[in-house]
Amino acid sequence: MFFQQLVNGLTLGSSYAVIAIGYTLIFGVLNIINMAHGEIFMLGAFIGLLLVTKFQFGIFTALLGAMVGGAILGYLLERTALRPLRQKKVSHLAPLISTIGVAIFLESVALNLFGPQTRAFPSEFSGHLLDFSFFKISMIQVISLGTAVFLMLVLQLLIEKTKVGKSIRATAENVETAGLLGINTNKVIVWTVMLASALGAAAGVLVALSFDAIEPTMGVMMGFKGLAVLILGGLGNIKGAMAGGFILGVAEVFSVAYGASSYRDAVGFGMIIILLFWRPQGLFSKAGEGGRP
Amino acid sequence: MEKKSVFKKIAAMSLAAVMLLAVAGCGGGEKKKEADGGNTAKIGLVTATTGGAAAYGLAIKKGSELAVEEINAKSKTKLALLIEDEKGVKNEAINAMNKLIHKDNVLVVSGPMLSGTMFAAGPIAQQAGVPALGTSTTAEGITDIGNFIFRNAVPESIAIPAAVEKAHKILGFKKVAIMYSNNNDMQVSVFNTYKQVFAKLGTEVVAIETFADKDTDYSAQLTKIQQLNPDILAVAALYQEGSLILKKARDMGMKMPVIGNNGFNSPEFMKLAGLAAEGAIVGSPWFPEKQDEKVQNFRKAFKAKYQHEPDQFSAQAYDGIYLLHAAIEKAGTVSDRKKVRDSLASIKDFSGVTGKFAFDDKRNPKMDINVLIVKGGKFVELK
Repeated sequence: MFFQQLVNGLTLGSSYAVIAIGYTLIFGVLNIINMAHGEIFMLGAFIGLLLVTKFQFGIFTALLGAMVGGAILGYLLERTALRPLRQKKVSHLAPLISTIGVAIFLESVALNLFGPQTRAFPSEFSGHLLDFSFFKISMIQVISLGTAVFLMLVLQLLIEKTKVGKSIRATAENVETAGLLGINTNKVIVWTVMLASALGAAAGVLVALSFDAIEPTMGVMMGFKGLAVLILGGLGNIKGAMAGGFILGVAEVFSVAYGASSYRDAVGFGMIIILLFWRPQGLFSKAGEGGRP
Repeated sequence: MEKKSVFKKIAAMSLAAVMLLAVAGCGGGEKKKEADGGNTAKIGLVTATTGGAAAYGLAIKKGSELAVEEINAKSKTKLALLIEDEKGVKNEAINAMNKLIHKDNVLVVSGPMLSGTMFAAGPIAQQAGVPALGTSTTAEGITDIGNFIFRNAVPESIAIPAAVEKAHKILGFKKVAIMYSNNNDMQVSVFNTYKQVFAKLGTEVVAIETFADKDTDYSAQLTKIQQLNPDILAVAALYQEGSLILKKARDMGMKMPVIGNNGFNSPEFMKLAGLAAEGAIVGSPWFPEKQDEKVQNFRKAFKAKYQHEPDQFSAQAYDGIYLLHAAIEKAGTVSDRKKVRDSLASIKDFSGVTGKFAFDDKRNPKMDINVLIVKGGKFVELK
């Protein structure tokens, strides 16, 4: 049972991790929390579902389509809710509020477009069960876990090894200095928000695949979980977000497995409170660094 | 200069808003005159048309609207349906109830929709002396709010024991695991009923696991239950959670029958759970395959109007409107709320799409329960 629960925890954790990376990317570069991330996650799931059911795309094509859709939403988000505020140099709380506005708007749009009913991917995607005597894992869990890990690796490479990654890191360190050094910071910020939103949309498809519940409010709780992971791993720290996602997923599952299921969320979030007493900068950030990608 | 133009814009916009409001006001006024005239009874419907519970609320709205349409086409006592959105939230339900009673001056109310919102807003109707009929409020103690509170929803305290006892007689299970949503008033009350019935039958409860409404991951709870290998699983959940639990359980290779409550009755449940629904057992007053003219006509009319099958919530809301109409006609008034209450309480021989119907002396329904099981993708009677 231990291994089975560990697999359950890792599957859940991988989706938390992919969501949290989106938050952490935007936080690292812009120093704001994008409250609309959960809703982009939700719309990503819907786009994936539409591509599969209406246009008969394969699951990986649908995932790519959802990521493109997410990136477009990210672009619109940056142009409408973030850039105008940045140019006016208002309080850093203003973009938080404007993204909450976008979140509510997107949720209402989804409710009107798709209705309140819960939907799921067609059952041919749920695949069969692979049985390794220690534990069982469904094909869909393998795909979801594998894709999540793959996306994280690609992102890590992108940030560490490429020129775009370098300019993102530079902008995260200091926007003005990066600008002085000839980096088009506006462009970098747009790219970052688009990248983060594409990852959010991908997470939406992955979660929808493994848990079969696509509906307009699905982004709310997942958004909170992502925020929790963001804090757990250290604000703006990508590796922290990955590890934090898995830790939260496993902790939640184990609290059900070896404790009482009623305390599931209390354990997850309680752990974060205790952790913050011990390491206020988060698990994976050095003190004073404030967390940068 | 720029500031000035902003002011101008704001001024223009607020002017436009005022004018719009004025126009809307006029429109409302005219409508009111129309509704007041003649033999029209105003019925308020408190249901969730947006928010997390909107799937049920819209089903209820559709059933009610169909009933009102049919009644207005053939009966002398016309009905005007005023719909307020309670969003499935207690304070919204209180606002909706206050507005319907004190501003719109309705004769009777159908709703609120959830047991939780009925507990919150029911006392307002009671205090104002307005009869309120719950069509989907199934928790225990709803009608204890007062003598103006009725329901035609079969309380789960009646439906669950009927389903469990019949299933026990036929399947003869010995070990049961229970899963319920612990942040939903109704599901907690269902869980208590389960516990009582299983204790009475001498069934051993090997596990009690909880989750929250809108949860999507049940793998941890089900892995735990799978180890204990019960003969049957009892679930207290709405349709989304119920179908996800079944899907996950079947995915994990758990093949036992699953007893559920109200949520299992929704066609959405069958659509979502698909093949995994096989072996799901539920007690319900609504049985769409029943060889009964009323039931089949209702299904036909509903499908013609909305292009999909009605569910239990639509059926009970539809019956609810007919019940209220019958009471209003019998009372012979469209303004005396007390008289309508008394005539509603005395209803004995009503027959609707959910079967023969009467109120007991606590204003709960007395009706037969069909115990159904999913076989070959369809609900059939458990025999």
